[in-house]
Amino acid sequence: MTRNDHPNSAAGQAAPTCPTERINSDCILLAHGEGGRLMRQLLRDRISPILGTITSEDAVRIAVDAGELAITTDSFVVSPLFFPGGDIGSLAVYGTVNDLSVAGADPICLTLGLIIEEGLPLQQLDQILISIAAAAQACGVSVVAGDTKVVPRGAADKLFINTTGVGQFRAASRLSCEFLQPDDVLIVSGPIGQHGIAVLAAREKLNLHPEPRSDSAGLHMACAMLHRELGSDLRTMRDATRGGLSAVLHEWSDASCMTMKLDESKIPVNSTTRGVCELLGLDPLYVANEGTFVAAVKPSALNRALQVLRSIPVSAKAQAIGTVVAKLSSPVVIERLLGSLQPVDEPAGAPLPRIC
Amino acid sequence: MKFVDEFRDPRLARQLVEQIRNSASQPWVLMDVCGGQTHSLLRNGIEAALEGCVELIHGPGCPVCVTSAEAIDFAQALARRPGVILASFGDMLRVPGSRESLLDVRAQSDDQCGQVQIVYSPLDAVELAQRNPNSQVVFFGVGFETTVPSTALAILQAEKLGLTNFSVLASHVRVLPAMEALMLNPATRVQGFLAAGHVCTITGFEDYTDFVERFQIPVVIAGFEPLDLLEAILEAVKLLETGVASVTNCYARSVRSSGNSHARETVDRVYEVADRSWRGFGIIRSGGYRIRDAYRRFDAEERFDVSASLPIATSDICMGADIMSGRIKPPQCPYFGQQCTTDHPLGAPMVSSEGACAAYMRYQVQQDSAAAP
Repeated sequence: MTRNDHPNSAAGQAAPTCPTERINSDCILLAHGEGGRLMRQLLRDRISPILGTITSEDAVRIAVDAGELAITTDSFVVSPLFFPGGDIGSLAVYGTVNDLSVAGADPICLTLGLIIEEGLPLQQLDQILISIAAAAQACGVSVVAGDTKVVPRGAADKLFINTTGVGQFRAASRLSCEFLQPDDVLIVSGPIGQHGIAVLAAREKLNLHPEPRSDSAGLHMACAMLHRELGSDLRTMRDATRGGLSAVLHEWSDASCMTMKLDESKIPVNSTTRGVCELLGLDPLYVANEGTFVAAVKPSALNRALQVLRSIPVSAKAQAIGTVVAKLSSPVVIERLLGSLQPVDEPAGAPLPRIC
Repeated sequence: MKFVDEFRDPRLARQLVEQIRNSASQPWVLMDVCGGQTHSLLRNGIEAALEGCVELIHGPGCPVCVTSAEAIDFAQALARRPGVILASFGDMLRVPGSRESLLDVRAQSDDQCGQVQIVYSPLDAVELAQRNPNSQVVFFGVGFETTVPSTALAILQAEKLGLTNFSVLASHVRVLPAMEALMLNPATRVQGFLAAGHVCTITGFEDYTDFVERFQIPVVIAGFEPLDLLEAILEAVKLLETGVASVTNCYARSVRSSGNSHARETVDRVYEVADRSWRGFGIIRSGGYRIRDAYRRFDAEERFDVSASLPIATSDICMGADIMSGRIKPPQCPYFGQQCTTDHPLGAPMVSSEGACAAYMRYQVQQDSAAAP
């Protein structure tokens, strides 16, 4: 971070003689990222009023209680920037908050790096900043440091966002997929595949009715409540983003040397997602989510887990979808229509690139 | 979900399996023609449920698999030309030609050459041409009778719009001539066909009458959902048990005997039947379509001279031809699951989402399933 990156309320003196000052553009120019007056204006007039004044120092101080800090980083390159149910801004906040939350931490704050392509309409930038502020408020986190770069047209696609999230690990027990035991129950917090399908439909202008909506949302409440209620009966949690449910379960199988066994009839998929998947030949198991997580719990804790999750809207449709079993020849298997047990492939390549 | 769940009822499915088992006095060999049916049979465990009673062999109905390496090479050569945008269904991108795939070409692209774009419909390619008046947009038209009407419609639309920068690399194939080619092979084991329901939705099934009479083999038109397939298999077994060779429509909610007359007329306006090279089969007489003279200006093969295309490599070790003709099943191929996987495919049947090898890789029943609690 440099001083130029941050607005300083004292730095907003008018300087009408500077030629750049007279540029009255309604879109981002290269000069907005070049450290000069236009950049300070951008920070002072647009970013700060929406996100609050960020530190004018090169680094920010964060007071923490005793315990362990959780740190995560993520980049967001979704195309299009706006999609039903969200946009790149809220996605960046929720994505970061969710990574902290499922890891067993309560989110505290995050940093925000904006890489903007020259020509991005300022109105769109405003809209995204407002969305970032709203999502941050909803999750109880603040944006404490930031950076803005502008690259020439073609060097990025409109806007990329990088975040680093800081959280504090909850006092409740540690979570890890290495703790998985046979007979543990796999729970999904809601219908799968909504985000990937919403982005795909928006990008390809599929004009579907009803319009598929992303599940993009903060999981901090659901994760914290589940963790505090279950303690060590909660083994692990993971948000099922890129690669969908299948990718998470493959990772868990890898780490625990066990097989994740799913029951196809139990996996919640809403009718819009199902319809689109049927049309396009996609399997919701591989489609990304941005507000849905998977948890593994001790069998005796299943009812408590479902009760807690179903008590709040973000995970009201939580469902037990399978169990952990001793290692079979496939890491993830699914029971299909006639009871046959089939392997679930690890997602190869991306069926839908740039969904987050 | 309406119109889906009704056809996936596990209880009814088990009843149908039981009925098929009770109806068959001997093991029968049926060929499911379409790749979509292959995937449904494997995904839903139908093949395993009928083991020892009905053997299902998987036919040449994956359009991506049968598209010749020459056609893919030609598409790549076009994509490499400056100012050309090659528009294709996503499935075709990973399929290797004689040396590489369209995905490889795209990876090597620069501002001018190697422009490959995925479209979901041929009409999207027409729009692409409208939006890029300074580029030549070529749509890679692959697929059976099901996709031909929409390609024909795209050509008619381009004509209506007066576009001079849109053309089609037509590599469309016809399913019935391929079934004939299979039956003319004396080594064929096929005793009955499950015909491709979507193709028949367009073409109808009047043409099958001659086929059935000529080869004395039952043809049952089948859908794609588990119950559609099980009903069709039951019907085929009944016909075989009574020695009746006839055409039966078990997909009546979609298929009429005369097909979709509007779609057929559209195809007929733009295309004519022609011989075509099939991957793994060679030239099949009347096995495809070519663009009629009146629309030849939209034919990419006419518009572009790519005579300097790469020589066709002959080191194709993929046994796709044996698999698509039902001579062997994917797991019997020595490369299956070893050198050839969905991550490192040696041939089209492992690449395509409708390919038989990909279906076996994806849905092969767990051998150790009994060990699972």
